[in-house]
Amino acid sequence: MSTSELAPALAREEASDPFVIAGETFTSRLLLGTGGVPSLETLEAAVRASGTQLVTVALRRVEASSSASMLEVLDRCGVRLLPNTAGCRTAREAVLTARLAREAFGTSWVKLEVIGDEHTLLPDAVELLDAAEQLVMDGFTVLAYTTDDPILGRRLADAGCAAVMPLGSPIGSGLGIRNPHNIALLREGVDVPVVLDAGIGTASDAALAMELGCDAVLLASAVTRARDPEMMALAMRQAVEGGRLAKRAGRIPRRWHAEASTSFEGLPEL
Amino acid sequence: MQVTVNGEDTELAADTTVADLVAARSGAHDRVAVALNGDVVPRSSWPATRLSPGDTLEVLAPTAGG
Repeated sequence: MSTSELAPALAREEASDPFVIAGETFTSRLLLGTGGVPSLETLEAAVRASGTQLVTVALRRVEASSSASMLEVLDRCGVRLLPNTAGCRTAREAVLTARLAREAFGTSWVKLEVIGDEHTLLPDAVELLDAAEQLVMDGFTVLAYTTDDPILGRRLADAGCAAVMPLGSPIGSGLGIRNPHNIALLREGVDVPVVLDAGIGTASDAALAMELGCDAVLLASAVTRARDPEMMALAMRQAVEGGRLAKRAGRIPRRWHAEASTSFEGLPEL
Repeated sequence: MQVTVNGEDTELAADTTVADLVAARSGAHDRVAVALNGDVVPRSSWPATRLSPGDTLEVLAPTAGG
């Protein structure tokens, strides 16, 4: 039984709440990375369970690249490919990698990653903004992986990025969202979609990202390196859906003291 | 002539084109991209692009990534 048969309200909500990047509409708000996947069978099961429509891939020297059948699996799943510039340290490297990816994959969409060092994998803000400006000028649809700095997020949006993708914590760390306040501030400060990218460890992290107002979540390791990637992919899908609905439904205010849900009026004297 | 392909010194015939090199190197990959001396060589230009001694090439293919 599909989710829509179980919950007509969910189907209605999804239809009335599309996720749009650069004019392209998605019904899934979960983007999946393929890094760390143990086998093609696991990849296909996880992609299908996640419901994702946008999947990241990378370019490497041909001798080191995975088998061509990975793309066959992704094509069969009907997902759109989002090449990344993982491993690039300078704007020059990232721009060249994006242009090579455009040739290889036939898409001008790119997940722009420019890291400062291999120890933290944290973005290099100066090189990132430079690369983003160059790629936007060159006609790319840039989804920029960035720190959780709200000001840098705004500068990337002003530069023409199609989406701003702040980290919750370092790539692959599974430490969740270390500065929720910054993520909410960043969300407030830009008009383009905000995708929480990196640091997700488990389902509650993904739900929190959505509750903070993020438009989508991008994760890889949390699924590909889970003990059961397919089950975790489903957990992430439901967490993203749940978090989005909770954000839209409007949570109750936090109170210092209790507020009775059962009225005291008519309470008998016993 | 000697060129550098993916970081390795490589001896190639004098009239080798980018298309020849890709055919020899890419195996089952069809979505391949080539950088020659730091610039992209569009697929449409591969057959007409002849390599020169000392050229540096990167021949890249898709792989898994986050």
